[in-house]
Formats: sequence, structure tokens, C-alpha cells
Amino acid sequence: MKLFEYEAKAIIQKYGIKIPRGQIARTADEVAAATAAIGGAVFIKSQITVSGRGKAGGILPAAGKDAARQVAGSLLGKRIKDVPVKAVLVEEKLALKEQYYASIAIDRQAKSFVALASTSGGVDIEEVSRTEPEKIARRHLDPLAAPAPADFAKMLDRFQLAPDDAARFAGVLFTLYKLALEYDAELVELNPLVKTADGEFYAADARMTLDDNAIFRHPEFAERNLHREEDTPRESEARKQKYSYVDLDGDIGIIGNGAGLVMATVDMVQVFGGRPANFLDIGGGAEVEVIKNGVLLVMNKPEVRAVLINILGGITRCDLVAQGVVEGLKAAVVQKPVAVRMMGTNEKEGQEILRQHGIGYYPDMERATAAIVKSGEGRK
Amino acid sequence: MSVIVNQDTRVVVQGITGNEGRFHTVAMKNYGTNIVAGCTPGKGGQTVEGIPVYDHVSDAVKNHGANTSILFVPARAAKSGVNEAIDAGIKTIVVITEGIPQADEIEFVAKAARQGVTIVGPNCPGLINPGLRIKVGILPVHIFQPGKIGIISRSGTLTYEIAWHITAAGSGQSTCIGMGGDPIIGLDFVKLLALFRDDAETGGVVLIGEIGGNAEEKAAQYIIETKYPKPVVAYIAGRMAPPGKRMGHAGAIIMGSSGTAKSKIEAYAAAGVPVAEKPSDIVKLLKM
Repeated sequence: MKLFEYEAKAIIQKYGIKIPRGQIARTADEVAAATAAIGGAVFIKSQITVSGRGKAGGILPAAGKDAARQVAGSLLGKRIKDVPVKAVLVEEKLALKEQYYASIAIDRQAKSFVALASTSGGVDIEEVSRTEPEKIARRHLDPLAAPAPADFAKMLDRFQLAPDDAARFAGVLFTLYKLALEYDAELVELNPLVKTADGEFYAADARMTLDDNAIFRHPEFAERNLHREEDTPRESEARKQKYSYVDLDGDIGIIGNGAGLVMATVDMVQVFGGRPANFLDIGGGAEVEVIKNGVLLVMNKPEVRAVLINILGGITRCDLVAQGVVEGLKAAVVQKPVAVRMMGTNEKEGQEILRQHGIGYYPDMERATAAIVKSGEGRK
Repeated sequence: MSVIVNQDTRVVVQGITGNEGRFHTVAMKNYGTNIVAGCTPGKGGQTVEGIPVYDHVSDAVKNHGANTSILFVPARAAKSGVNEAIDAGIKTIVVITEGIPQADEIEFVAKAARQGVTIVGPNCPGLINPGLRIKVGILPVHIFQPGKIGIISRSGTLTYEIAWHITAAGSGQSTCIGMGGDPIIGLDFVKLLALFRDDAETGGVVLIGEIGGNAEEKAAQYIIETKYPKPVVAYIAGRMAPPGKRMGHAGAIIMGSSGTAKSKIEAYAAAGVPVAEKPSDIVKLLKM
């Protein structure tokens, strides 16, 4: 789960890293009030989690409260990088001297956390790593031996910073590492990490992504987890019901068990010339209720005109799958063509239930896919 | 030399008293796996289907010579479960559990690597050797039959789909292993390709991959560098997945420009590994 800048900064500040004075605002009036309270020039920053918002015009300066009110009007309620801006962070403009980069992230290839640091901050770090890799210091952190601030100081040697600056920079990295572990963050990134004219270090921008698998350890985020900016309303609903669901932009609804099989089903619909409307993995050992609600979730999506169900499992009981499908279809507002492929225990019984209800059953995924793609031909 | 399991495999089931643990213990035992003990803290002294249950893995090692463990414990208990198995001297640990925090995985995968312990998974279906009739996992056994094809996969049910096509075509599998759908896993394609290369039972290998990470690119590189001596074919799920969305598996996510199906298909092409468009095409590519 990606946190907004203001959420990440609140956490970072708790760990003693300085952040610019700022206030979150959701209306033009609030923006004006916040600007007046902060005093002087401010930045008004769209709170969206997609990267590249600065370049896309999502961060704008304002000299005073009237200007700020105007800027707010051009951001709030508008879309930046196709994401609606619901809130802005109004922040003091720092007297900056240097822009650095600092992050801690999980490196899946190395199977460890990695610390990255650069004295070329404030720009796209992937770009820096491509064009000037020597400007980035990298250190993989031993999972079995806690690193000390000195380890981080060492990785900064190549930048030949003044001793004071190097110590502060290393301190920030060490703090980020501690914070990443305590919050189960896959990524915590300060870009830029700013050094001001008076020599202080500030997190001018902050990004933080929490490990989805670890939300259970952080109950304070349980509710927040259901309101993700990156989720569509239907994805949000699915998350509440503990389904693994992704919206796609086609018209054939897809339900299956197991991530790989569902992805393969999505791909196969395309191979047969159809356009998938979603990805829905209902997981293993499906119960009637789980199948039913999954069917409903997909059937009730207005763009869906037909549904393909692909269940494969040794222990999955096909009679229960069939029952769930039947109940889901009964509860659905609008009826749409359905093709079911299933394999597992009690296959014959399941087949019989589907036959009684006139639902298409197919023994393999290719025939089921071909049938469902064809079912809509001539309608459009 | 078979892959990971053999006639000496003696399994302890961690989390044997839970529903899932109990169910799959019976299934593994009926297939022929030598399940010697179970382990659930606080339930020592009980039996499950005649199998003795202990509080500690070390007792299963001491009393029954267990050398392999399989975990059905909840995600929050997985790290301590794996660490306990490593400390008890278990050499192969199959982690079925899904949803383990990545920081925990990083820690126990590193610990296992340092002590020479093999981790399969997490978030995996385990493995099966139809010739030896040994299964350490949750795979449905009726789909498999003894044969020459090795399967290495990042998925569960998609593995069954492809194994089923191979079986239906009259062939069979030497060893079939699900390496897990999480970003951080123990065994990967490269290490498993090395094991299958040395396995006399295996005549060809199927790599079932998906979007996210660069495990497939690494496998392709390994095949080129070692002039891999056995035929390898591949399937990649998620060609149509949008960037930035987790497709069911924690590890199945395109981040920025990394982890796309396109990059994986190109890497395989460069290594001379044919990639199936549909699961059923694997059979044709294997030229069975």
C-alpha cells in the first residue's frame, strides 16, 4: 500500500527527521488559511501517490494567501497524471542549498534491503542510475546483522562530503532503515533530501510503500488499506471481501482459482480475440459463498457482457463450485452468458448441477474460452 | 540422484493439527510420503492419523530422524517456524504458507542460505516426484504420472493445468516443483535448473513463469552461459497485466519498466527457449 506524502512525512518526523512546516488542505479556503499560517512563500503539492507529479504540474509555488487560493483552484478536484487530486499539502519553501537522495527498499533479486544514496537528488533517480550510475551509492544490508550508522557513513565516502554533512546524511539513512523495519515498508524514499542554507537536513519529499503482507502487524492501517488511491471502486469492494481482484478494460469477466491460472485465463481470452474485463482470483478450497460473491462481483460490473469461470484443483469440490455459480447467477441483477470450466473432486455432480440450470460446462479452458468469446459476437 | 526428495526423505509437518495441515498430511501419507511426525507448539503428545505430534521440531529430528519439514502455519508464525526447523537441523523446508511479511522472508531465507538449508517457497504448492511417489506439498496427485519432464513453476494451479496437458498427452513428470509466488523466495529457476540438469530421470524442463521480478531473465542467462544440455520450454502468465497492479501473487507485479512479460519472452528467445502462447502448447513445444 502506497502512503501519501503527508502520511509518510508524519511517520518520518516521529523518527526525528526534520520536515518542512506544512498543513494538509482539502478546499481553497483551507489552502489560503494554511498559507497565511505558514507565512511567506509556499509550495502547494498534490497528494497523489503516482510518481512524476512534479513534472506533470502537480506541485506549484505560491507567494501569498491569495495566490495560493488561485493555485488551489487549479489543483483540487483536477486530475494530475489521470489521478483526481482530493487534497494538497501546503508547505513552507525551504532555503535550499543541496538536494540529495536517500532511500531504503527491498531488493527482491538480492533478497535483502538495499540502501541508496546520491548527491544528485530532486530528479528521477532511475534516470540518474541509467546515465550517471557513479553518482549513486548502494549498499545491501545483511539481513542477519543489524547495520550501524557507521556502515551508512562508509557508503557515502565517495561523495567526499564535509564531516558534518556526512554524519547527518548517514544518520538519515540509518533512521530510514529502522523505520522501514518497524513499519514493514518495502520502500521509504526521500527525494529530495534537502540541505538548507543553515546546514540542516530536511525530508522535502517522502514516499513510502507498506508491505501488503504485513498490514496485519499494523492494525492502525487496516481501515486505510481499504481506501487506496490506486484502487478502483470495485477493487476496493473486492479488497473488503478479501478477494484478489484487478479491473481491466474489456467486457469478458474472469474468475478462477490461483493467480497463475487466472492470469493465464486473462491471456487466453486475448489469444481468442476477446477483451478481459477483470482478474479475479478466489483462492483455493472455494466454498459456495465465496464463489457466489465472486460471481456477483463480476456479473454486476456494467461493462461485463459474459463471464468465464476457470476452476482447477484437486481438492476443490466441483459440486460446491456449481452451486456457488448457480446462487451467484440467481442473485445477479442482470443475466449474462456464463461458461464454466472446472476440474476436481465430484466433477460429475457439478456438471449435472450446471446442466440442470442451463449453464455452459466445458472440460478444458480453451473450449470454455472459445465459447465465451463467441457468445458475444453479433451483439456489438 | 532425484531432485530435493528421495527414499530417505522423512517429513515433519509443522502445523499438523490445523485443518489444512491435517488434510494434507493424510493426502501426502496416502500417496506414499514418509511422514514421521507432526509439530504444533502446545499440542505435544497428541497424534494425528497415528502420527505423533511434538511441541518442538527438534524432538521430531531426535526421535524420528526427520530431515524435511513442511509448514502449514499461519503467516504470523511462519518466521519462528522456519527458524525453529533450521535450528533443529532440518535440511529441506517447504513453506506452503501464503501472506508472510517480506521482512520475515528476507530474514529466514538468509539464515537458511547461510546454514546450507534449502527453502522451497514461501507461498508455494510444494513438490511431487510421481516415480518415487513422494509428495511434500498440496498438489493433486491424480494429475501426475511418472515420466521424463521436470516442471519448475512460480504458480500452483497453473502448474496443475500444464502437468495435466503433459499427462493427457501420454507423457509424465520426473519432478514437479512450485517455487512460490512471493517476491522473496528460497529456491529459484537457476538453482532448480542446476538440480534438474544432474537428475537422470529428467529429459526436458518446463519453466512456468509470470510477470514481476527477473527470475526468467536470470534463467535465460543461465541457460546460455551453461549451454544447458536438456531441452527447456517455457510459459509466461500475465502478458496482459497492467503495470503497477499485483496480479494475485505478491510477486506478480510490473514495477516501472521491470518485470514485463515482453522482457521475459525476449530473454527466452535469446536463449533459444520456446515460449508457449497457451498452456496446452507446452506439449507441442516439448515435441512429445
